[in-house]
Amino acid sequence: MKILVCMKQVPQKDAPLKLNETATWIREDVSYEVNEPDAYALEEALRQKEKHGGEVVVITSGPARAQQVLREALAKGADRAIHLEDNAFVGLDAFNTARAFAAAIKDEQFDLIFTGLQSDDYGYAQVGVILAELLGWPHATIIMQIEKTDAGIKVKRELEAGFFQFVDMPLPAVLTIQSGINKLRYATLIGIKNAKNKPLRKVALADVQSAIGNNLQMIEKLYIPQKTKNTEFIEGPPAEVAKKLVEKLRNELRVL
Amino acid sequence: MPDTILVIAEQREGKLNRASLETIAAGQAIAAATGWALEAAVVGASVGSFANELAAKKLAKVYSVESAKLEPYTPDAFAAGLKQFIEAKQPKLVLMPHTYQVRDFVPKLATAMGSTVISDCIGFKHEGGKLLFTRQMFQGKLAADVSFTGNSPWFATFQNGAFRGDKAEDGASAAPVETVKVEIADGVVRNRPQEVFKEAKQAVDLTQAEIIVSVGRGIKEQKNIEIAKQLADALGGELAASRPICDSGWLPMDRQIGSSGQTVAPKLYLALGISGAIQHIVGMKGARGIVAINKDSEAPIFEIADFAVVGNLFDIVPPLIEEVKKAKAGN
Ligand SMILES: Cc1cc2nc3c(=O)[nH]c(=O)nc-3n(C[C@H](O)[C@H](O)[C@H](O)COP(=O)(O)OP(=O)(O)OC[C@H]3O[C@@H](n4cnc5c(N)ncnc54)[C@H](O)[C@@H]3O)c2cc1C
Repeated sequence: MKILVCMKQVPQKDAPLKLNETATWIREDVSYEVNEPDAYALEEALRQKEKHGGEVVVITSGPARAQQVLREALAKGADRAIHLEDNAFVGLDAFNTARAFAAAIKDEQFDLIFTGLQSDDYGYAQVGVILAELLGWPHATIIMQIEKTDAGIKVKRELEAGFFQFVDMPLPAVLTIQSGINKLRYATLIGIKNAKNKPLRKVALADVQSAIGNNLQMIEKLYIPQKTKNTEFIEGPPAEVAKKLVEKLRNELRVL
Repeated sequence: MPDTILVIAEQREGKLNRASLETIAAGQAIAAATGWALEAAVVGASVGSFANELAAKKLAKVYSVESAKLEPYTPDAFAAGLKQFIEAKQPKLVLMPHTYQVRDFVPKLATAMGSTVISDCIGFKHEGGKLLFTRQMFQGKLAADVSFTGNSPWFATFQNGAFRGDKAEDGASAAPVETVKVEIADGVVRNRPQEVFKEAKQAVDLTQAEIIVSVGRGIKEQKNIEIAKQLADALGGELAASRPICDSGWLPMDRQIGSSGQTVAPKLYLALGISGAIQHIVGMKGARGIVAINKDSEAPIFEIADFAVVGNLFDIVPPLIEEVKKAKAGN
């Protein structure tokens, strides 16, 4: 099976975020990491390849820094990488991002495309589904298991409140992968060494410009959300905090 | 004719879900702000009874959009059926709850119509004639006001709990109901879904627990779960966790709190090293008392906490265990 994995670089979970001058995006001087569900998507692709053979290709869009995500994926076992490299990709809406990806892979023939189920930055949960529609492929979202069948694949969709559902579907298809579908592997030293010689194709904004259009939605303003609850902050050295907390548990929450 | 807002309600297992009423409440609020008309639709094989139920709400009209191919749910059938219906009715704005089902088909539907979805919104603003949708960004650390810049139909989905379903107003009289049959050609539906099921019965039922100590990724390593366990034992409570802890197998899945785990409402929910992503919060925001310990002063969990400690849980939990034991011994 030939599998494409769409991966995104996002600010690290613990990174303190600052707004840019126009308050429309964050300042980019933060540390980045791979979007968590995308790491699971990559792992799943590698496992499918180990079972059924084929090729795993990873793709990302973003400035030069985003290449790190591809390098890590190559070190873990992906065969090659595609980088849509330009700062402008960061500001594309989900429709345009999917259109740019579709344009960048138009000469390829994949059996499956995986994305993480949503990104930790925008959290749109849309690029995978839009990509499926643009390619005319079926899709399924929030996937927790994938099995190859004679007619295509059988996937396990996570539903709300602990429910699941199996879905049979033909190939090619797009799947959005949920965190926890598998156990992630670490890159090995050999893997990191080998990654340096693996092919990485760069795609410039100009190469896909004709496929994308104006964004259909726009962030007018980004801000720190207002607090809705009166939170009481308890301060002091740990021993004192512990004492004060127990007093709250006893006298205010009445659980002691 | 004024512009129209169309709410697509969701029904499952013979019931309209609560999120649908929340979206009606959202639609009513936007209609009041903009002066646009508000209509609703429910989609399925035979959904007239749901349409009649919705008709009690303050709505200009309710549609039941029907085809045998809409049952069971598939993204192909829902996108095809709704595209036909929306093209015929030409609403300006289409609203839906941000359920797992909606997120499965609405980006496809919007794309097929050359449009876009502002997904997972928590509110709206109507400023100087412009409609803005508020949504969380960066896992709730920031919020954004987002506008549509393209042609209608505009699609927006609302997060669970963003509006109050019980605030959805009833109408003075029942809204007219119309059945619309949509044609979905053979071959459009490619996925073959099987029955919905629940995994083997849960061993622990946290919904009855009065005290819950919950651990998140801030606990760092599996072996550190022990100190949370000690705190839970000292308090006489149960141990629970955020999803990544269960994904890593550090605690069993049936101790997971959140949209894909259990929903709890204890007297005390003590969150250790949990950031407070919305998918976690929906499972515990009903707790009577929320105490959060987190080293990041900006962590979204603090937004909903009654008592908050900004600090390292490994410094605070050990003396806390001792103080709790002392307090219990003194009783
Ligand atoms: C469709 C879907 C369904 C989901 N369902 C669920 C669900 O049911 N339940 C759920 O929980 N999540 C769910 N998630 C995942 C959710 O979005 C978050 O990723 C998850 O809740 C984060 O878990 P966390 O807070 O433990 O980890 P993180 O977000 O990584 O937060 C860790 C926190 O620990 C703090 N910390 C680190 N070290 C320390 C220390 N020494 N002392 C104190 N604090 C420290 C950090 O400041 C940080 O705030 C779902 C996601 C999706 C997309």
